[in-house]
Amino acid sequence: MATVELRFSALPEHVRTARLVAAAVARRAGVDEAVLDEVRLAVGEACSRAVGLHQSSGISAPVRVMLIEDEKQFSIEVGDEAPRALPGGASSGAAPGDAEAEEDEMGLAVISGLVDDLEVSAGENGGLIRMSWPTTPPATLAS
Amino acid sequence: MDLSLSTRNVSGPNGDRTVVEVGGEIDVYTAPKLREQLVELVNDGSFHLVVDMEGVDFLDSTGLGVLVGGLKRVRAHEGSLRLVCNQERILKIFRITGLTKVFPIHTSVEEAVNATD
Repeated sequence: MATVELRFSALPEHVRTARLVAAAVARRAGVDEAVLDEVRLAVGEACSRAVGLHQSSGISAPVRVMLIEDEKQFSIEVGDEAPRALPGGASSGAAPGDAEAEEDEMGLAVISGLVDDLEVSAGENGGLIRMSWPTTPPATLAS
Repeated sequence: MDLSLSTRNVSGPNGDRTVVEVGGEIDVYTAPKLREQLVELVNDGSFHLVVDMEGVDFLDSTGLGVLVGGLKRVRAHEGSLRLVCNQERILKIFRITGLTKVFPIHTSVEEAVNATD
C-alpha cells in the first residue's frame, strides 16, 4: 500500500494541492531538500498532464497520486484513466489537438529532464508515470 | 499562493517597453490569467514586452507554453518579449526545455529595457 494516496477531481485548481502534499511527504521520507523543488515540479507536470488527458477525453474519474516511501527511495505514481490508441491501431476519436499535444510533450520533456528514474506507460485503460528519488536516512540527533 | 500581475510602461533608448511584473505561481490553473494579460497587451498595441519573473515562486510547462505563445504574438508585430529572472530553480526549467535559446533572459528590468536586438 502507498504511504499516502491522493485522489482529486480532474481540475487544474487541485494540481497545486497535489504538489504541496507530494513535497511534504517527500521531505518526511528523507528526500534531499535540494531535490524537493524538482519533486514538486515533476509531480505538478504529471498531474497537469493527467488532468488534461481526463478533460480532453471527458473522463469524470479522479486523478490518482500514490506517494510511496521505501527503504532507500521515494516514489510517486500518477495514474490517469484516459485510454490510448493501441499501437498500430486506428487513432481514437479523442485524439488531442496540436496545441494540446505540444503541451503534453513539453510536460513530459520537463519530467524527463528532471527525473533520472522514470517510467512512463500507457495502454487501453489509461497511463501511469512512475518517478523515484533516492532518500537519505534521517540524521541522528546526537552528534 | 495565487498569481499576481501588474503592468507599467517604461521608456528606454529603443522606445517604450511594457513591463509585466509576475508574482506567485504560474501553473496549469493560473497560466490562463497570464495568457489573457499578454493577449490583451498585444491587442492594445504593446509589442515590446518585458516579463519580470523575479517574484515567481513556481513555473511549470503550462507557464512556459504561455510565454512561448506571447513571444509568437509579439513577433507577428515585429515586437520582442524579454524575461527578467535570476532564480536558479526557474532558470533550470528554461534550460531543460532548451528555451534559453528562444528567450533573451536578463538579470534586471533595466538591462532588459535597454537591450537592443
